[in-house]
Amino acid sequence: MTAAISTSALVKRFGTVRALDDLDLTVREGEVHGFLGPNGAGKTTTIRILLGLLLRDGGEATVLGQDPRRDAVTLHRRLAYVPGDVNLWPNLTGGEVIDVLGRLRGGLNPARRRALLERFQLDPTKKCRAYSKGNRQKVALVAAFASEVELYLLDEPTSGLDPLMETAFQEVVQEIRAQGRTVLLSSHILAEVEALCDRVTIIRAGRAAETGTLAELRHLTRTTVKVQTAGPIGGLNDLPGVHDVRPERSGLRFDVDADALNRVLQHLVQFDVSALTCTPPSLEELFRRHYTDHPSPGPDPAETASSLAGAR
Amino acid sequence: MNRNLTGNAFAGTGILTRLALRRDRISLPAWILTLAALLAGFTAMAVSALPTDQDVIQETELMAGNPALRLLGLASGASVGGYTMIRSYLTLAVLAALMSLLAVTRHTRQNEESGRTELVGAAVVGRYADLTAALLVTVGANLALVPLLALAMMVNGQPVAGSVTAGVSIAAVGIVFAAVAAITAQLSASTRTANALAGSALGCAGLIGGVGNMLGRVDGSRMRVLSAWPAWLSPIGWGQQLRAFDGDNWWLLVPFATLFAILLVIAGRLATRRDLGRGVLPEHRGRAQAAPGLPSPFGLIWRLQRPTFLGWAVGLSAVGLLFGAISQEMTHLDGAAAGWYTRMGGTDRIADAYRTSILEMAGMATAVYVVQVLVRCAAQETEGPLESVLSTAVGRFAWMVADLGNALLGAAGLLLIFAVSMGLAAGAVLGDTTGQLRVLLPASLVQGPGILVLAGVVIAATGLRPRWGAALSWSALTLSILLDPLFAGALDVPGWVPDLSPFTHLPKVPAVPVSSGVLVTLAALVVLAVALSTAGLYCFQRRNLALPA
Repeated sequence: MTAAISTSALVKRFGTVRALDDLDLTVREGEVHGFLGPNGAGKTTTIRILLGLLLRDGGEATVLGQDPRRDAVTLHRRLAYVPGDVNLWPNLTGGEVIDVLGRLRGGLNPARRRALLERFQLDPTKKCRAYSKGNRQKVALVAAFASEVELYLLDEPTSGLDPLMETAFQEVVQEIRAQGRTVLLSSHILAEVEALCDRVTIIRAGRAAETGTLAELRHLTRTTVKVQTAGPIGGLNDLPGVHDVRPERSGLRFDVDADALNRVLQHLVQFDVSALTCTPPSLEELFRRHYTDHPSPGPDPAETASSLAGAR
Repeated sequence: MNRNLTGNAFAGTGILTRLALRRDRISLPAWILTLAALLAGFTAMAVSALPTDQDVIQETELMAGNPALRLLGLASGASVGGYTMIRSYLTLAVLAALMSLLAVTRHTRQNEESGRTELVGAAVVGRYADLTAALLVTVGANLALVPLLALAMMVNGQPVAGSVTAGVSIAAVGIVFAAVAAITAQLSASTRTANALAGSALGCAGLIGGVGNMLGRVDGSRMRVLSAWPAWLSPIGWGQQLRAFDGDNWWLLVPFATLFAILLVIAGRLATRRDLGRGVLPEHRGRAQAAPGLPSPFGLIWRLQRPTFLGWAVGLSAVGLLFGAISQEMTHLDGAAAGWYTRMGGTDRIADAYRTSILEMAGMATAVYVVQVLVRCAAQETEGPLESVLSTAVGRFAWMVADLGNALLGAAGLLLIFAVSMGLAAGAVLGDTTGQLRVLLPASLVQGPGILVLAGVVIAATGLRPRWGAALSWSALTLSILLDPLFAGALDVPGWVPDLSPFTHLPKVPAVPVSSGVLVTLAALVVLAVALSTAGLYCFQRRNLALPA
């Protein structure tokens, strides 16, 4: 399988801060790839490097087989981008912006444009100044999805959308996947990632902390077990892979490493099990483990970068 | 309940005032000091140009007796201070008004448009707090202007009373236009439209005042103009009627104060009758689809600049018509004014000297336009929209070329519009319209290389230092204008200093015929402009974009 996006040992420095620190990211062709990470982890920086807007200080990056910086113009005909913070021209209408961005990219499908405006319930005659954050986001989404390209780079595209629009967004992404197109989706909305993504990369402090399918990621973490038995359970704490044993109103609760689960269950049946629940870790838990187990060092690199450059 | 509401409506004014002062700690002092320096320069110029009483009388009689010249200033008796006011009052009053209206819009509508008001509005902040804070800061700036303006004249030996009146008459216009901007900020949801509406009101005030003076008559002394009724309708007219150095008509502060109060009440009423983020004027809907020409870098940039270009085109054609229409009077100039034009124009044929110096000023005005649109276009990088454009199949080079092309074609258009309007009006009073146009059109384009150099400076500054580009560009423009002999002539600077301005090197066409030496100079300026632009483009191609975090 070929890679739509591949970076290896990608480095980006803002002054003395290493915003990206040997980042490896592979997005396969035809998949929806979730890109998760706390604020300031380097998600937006990565996407901007993949677009050639920022220059890399080290490592390799290839997008659709091309160099993001050198081949920017030809590459950009084959992809569409929704920025995280959509800034538009206040005196142009949403419809005008959609056409401008679509046609500067190399063309958009008018039928699709109509259908998307309908689906996202966007009024294209309003001036961008008058749009709310959610509506500006919709303008960028319609502009991107109305172009039939190979790759979509979406940077937190649904922040500001209401739940109905969130559903519409998920439907559109499913259709795109069905057509064999590739999506890199940076997101904080875990339900969205669980619903859409084939594979996920979790990035922390400029490094890929974890990458794989959700099932693979779950495998790396602990399952919560609730058990009731006729008599008291002995020897549980001595079993390898068992953590955090705590008494419940009726029975015990503890966490088990995925690879130790079988042995632990064999141990439990000795004590006459009357009730048992095993809960796989939710994405939230997965996420929280990665975010809070290793507190992010240093300040937010993006903020530091702009203050170093003498921002307003 | 009701009293409670009134008290709460101003809650938070103090902290917002301090915030506004902090944000303006550089820009307002810069405005105030620049205005004072300008007045000091104008006064010094008058003092050195009019060494004897005879000169003062002669020049004042000229300014009073000539209806066209009365448009520009109100003659009010024979004194050097009075003569300075004739020549500089309009400029300074307009600048004070601009300082005020920009400041008020900045702290009201601009905050609202950018969403900052919403952020502070959620804290304990009353409905009138931002408007009150903006007005307090702006009125304060105008009050600070009074002693500094007075000082600017006093250091040049002018009497204290007249100097103070002069300062008050300028600051009063500034204060009234702060209140005008308080209204226009309520009308439109757009910062630019709010500024444009207040600016148009200022233009009308200047024009009505000037027409009132033009239609007036001269009294028995032949040195004092008694203005016709339109002058009494305009705050700028009132400021002139205060007649610093000639009686000091303090009672005119009554109409100033009355108008200020009325405008404030209207602004307050409007502020309570609209939603946050909206204007009183309805927001027009636009096209659901882009016009065919829009989706290209050139089309997009032109669309963004079009209102600015049209505003400049209207303004420059009006000024061109005016300067053309007074050509007849200019051919009869003598004394100090004639001497000035002779020096500036490089010829003693006064008609040519006049046309040359006017075209040079039109060239500088056009340079202001070019810097304004280039800086605005560059701001799309730090404000964000450029991120979306450059992630489409538009390269950085193509974008910058479209940007530069737009600015320069606009500049050529403005120069020609100015030359045509001046030529048409001059032809109407002097005859031979075709001859006028044949001289003025090519001569106006000779200003081009000077403008090109400044465009190159903006491109180079944007390429090298995206976040400092705007400040660098505006400084380069201001220095180029101030160091040009038109202005630096009055300052006592070493001879090489004016050479730093590209305008200094422009040939004095049509006063001086185009020779091969002139062509070499023009070519050198073009080469410099190309070098600067190339350096800027090279850096822009190879750097990180300075996008919002």
